[in-house]
Amino acid sequence: MTAMAQPNGRRPKRLSAGRIGLYAFLVISALFFLTPLYVMLVTSLKPMSEIRTGNILALPAAPSLAAWNSAWSSACTGLQCNGIRVGFLNSIRILVPSVMASIMVGAVTGYALSFWRPRGAQLLFATLMVMAFIPYQVFIYPLVRMFSQAGIANSLLGIVVVHTIFGLPTMTLLFRNHFVALPIELFKAARVDGAGFWRIFIQIMLPMAVPIIVVAIILQVTGIWNDFILGLVFAGRENLPMTVQLNNIVNTTQGERTYNVDMAATLLTALVPLAVYFLSGRWFVRGIAAGAVKG
Amino acid sequence: MSTVSLRGVEIAFGTFKVLDWLDLEIAQSEFLVLLGPSGCGKSTLLAAIAGLLEIDQGEIWIGGRNVTWEEPKDRGIAMVFQSYALYPRMSVRRNLSFGLQVAGMKRDEIDRRVTKAATMLQIGELLDRKPAELSGGQRQRVAIGRALVRDASVFLFDEPLSNLDAQLRAELRTEIKRLHGSLGATMIFVTHDQIEALTLADRIAVMKDRRIQQLGTPQEIYLKPANRFVATFVGSPAMSFVSGRIGEHGNFEASGWQLPLADYAFAAPPVRGATVDLGIRPEHVVLAPSDPHALPARVELVEPMGSDLLAWTRIGEAAISIRLPAETQVVAGDTLPLLFPPHRLNLFDAQGQRL
Ligand SMILES: Nc1ncnc2c1ncn2[C@@H]1O[C@H](COP(=O)(O)OP(=O)(O)O)[C@@H](O)[C@H]1O
Ligand SMILES: [Mg+2]
Repeated sequence: MTAMAQPNGRRPKRLSAGRIGLYAFLVISALFFLTPLYVMLVTSLKPMSEIRTGNILALPAAPSLAAWNSAWSSACTGLQCNGIRVGFLNSIRILVPSVMASIMVGAVTGYALSFWRPRGAQLLFATLMVMAFIPYQVFIYPLVRMFSQAGIANSLLGIVVVHTIFGLPTMTLLFRNHFVALPIELFKAARVDGAGFWRIFIQIMLPMAVPIIVVAIILQVTGIWNDFILGLVFAGRENLPMTVQLNNIVNTTQGERTYNVDMAATLLTALVPLAVYFLSGRWFVRGIAAGAVKG
Repeated sequence: MSTVSLRGVEIAFGTFKVLDWLDLEIAQSEFLVLLGPSGCGKSTLLAAIAGLLEIDQGEIWIGGRNVTWEEPKDRGIAMVFQSYALYPRMSVRRNLSFGLQVAGMKRDEIDRRVTKAATMLQIGELLDRKPAELSGGQRQRVAIGRALVRDASVFLFDEPLSNLDAQLRAELRTEIKRLHGSLGATMIFVTHDQIEALTLADRIAVMKDRRIQQLGTPQEIYLKPANRFVATFVGSPAMSFVSGRIGEHGNFEASGWQLPLADYAFAAPPVRGATVDLGIRPEHVVLAPSDPHALPARVELVEPMGSDLLAWTRIGEAAISIRLPAETQVVAGDTLPLLFPPHRLNLFDAQGQRL
């Protein structure tokens, strides 16, 4: 047998008091944020009888998706009892065009402000920045009036326009800062090559802005999906988004409060932003880094 | 192969005037270098010729056409930038062909031109790479290729070699000169490097303070600088200057010694008693051991430079640097007898203008 080298003496201390404190803090913070999610998840899997009698933190005795099923397709939102799926579809119908429109308009505005600097660019930029800092509730009433004049109040088009307007400051700033960091000579070279406003934008600038587009998608998808007040005011009865429907389910006053259904409906509503974060976390960080050192 | 003429061109950024009433005639197939310190408006002038910048006053003519209000693509120009400015998401081939596609050219004609340019610049193997996969020298070759395919009659270069290391710079410099010879195109080349200017140019325009200080052949710029700025900016090691005055008998008088100026080609007759600066380049000072008129110079420092020696000397108070053959036996503390050939002297008045 060959003699193995044996460690000699006392095992070196890895965990100092400071380390332990740090870990304790991290674990407590994680619990602080995860406990509500855990409670919602287990509650949504329990029947009402178990919820009434059992401990809020206990695991479900017989996990069942009945509450999820009911939240999705039969819970009552006000007078109708078709579940939250109606809201889900509405939210998707609001989300897709709003995200696309706000990013496209923001990207074009940011591009124009960074490379072309048209007359009045300073003024437009200043206006956008001010808009970004004014609470948007201030704009709601004037917009409602304008939209009903224009005949797009309470419509899908109306809510898409609203999201595009309110997304404009952030989206413009995001893209402008990205484009401003690119060498101006790139733009000049394209001008000499005969490319115009749109060709330079589409064939040269947009391909370089992919990481920023991903960041923009993440910001807009979560922002627009989570919106409540704008959807309530501008979308109209037919197109109420999921958040508003969720509120209706959770706040129905007749009968017993069905916590399991409420929890399931809430989780369903949170699913899209959660998925976006999980799928895009890496991209998000990469996009921010890419924005800092340019692509 | 076109003439370029700038007539009374003025450019200002807001209230800050960058170019003031500039006139410049560039001949067909000429290689003109715009030389000047950074910030003097060289790039601005080039951008104006390219049409990337609107001018506030004057006209720009290219090939006998007034192009003052024309788009860059319609001016018959091609441009190469300091930062290469290659399109990062496109292959080298796409970088070269982009402008031609925009112009709506036929595929086989595009292929023909790209292949030709790639052969001329030896970038044939790089055609399918992205700019990020190229070295600095290769990137600049591609950028030059992008200008070549345009078949332009005027080429504009904005400090194309500044980002390269010394060896590549020299290599691409000769390459650009060779291209000029074979294409016969008019070239306008911006640089702050006097060596580049002297080696490449048919004529150099030295710029500073919103205007052209001197326009002339490299020889004229080097041997007959129009003012002290040009004299200082061009030439390395730099020209030595001695302050003095024009004496009673028309001599140059410094403290403790004087120099006859009878053979100096004055542009205007000198004023007796006027203060002047005398300038002489290190390689124009002559070592004359047996000449009775030679001035004794005390050597303070000797710098061997490989091909030759640079000796820093003093005649009285005046500091004079001289270039000597590498094998000269000289050490600090020696005294050297120096002669200043009159046709190599430069005299500047108190305002710095050549006399
Ligand atoms: N877009 C601009 N706005 C304001 N000032 C500018 C702009 N571009 C250049 N300048 C100024 O004009 C002057 C000349 O610039 P430039 O032509 O780039 O100089 P050079 O190429 O000789 O180094 C500089 O002082 C610079 O600061
Ligand atoms: Mg410059």
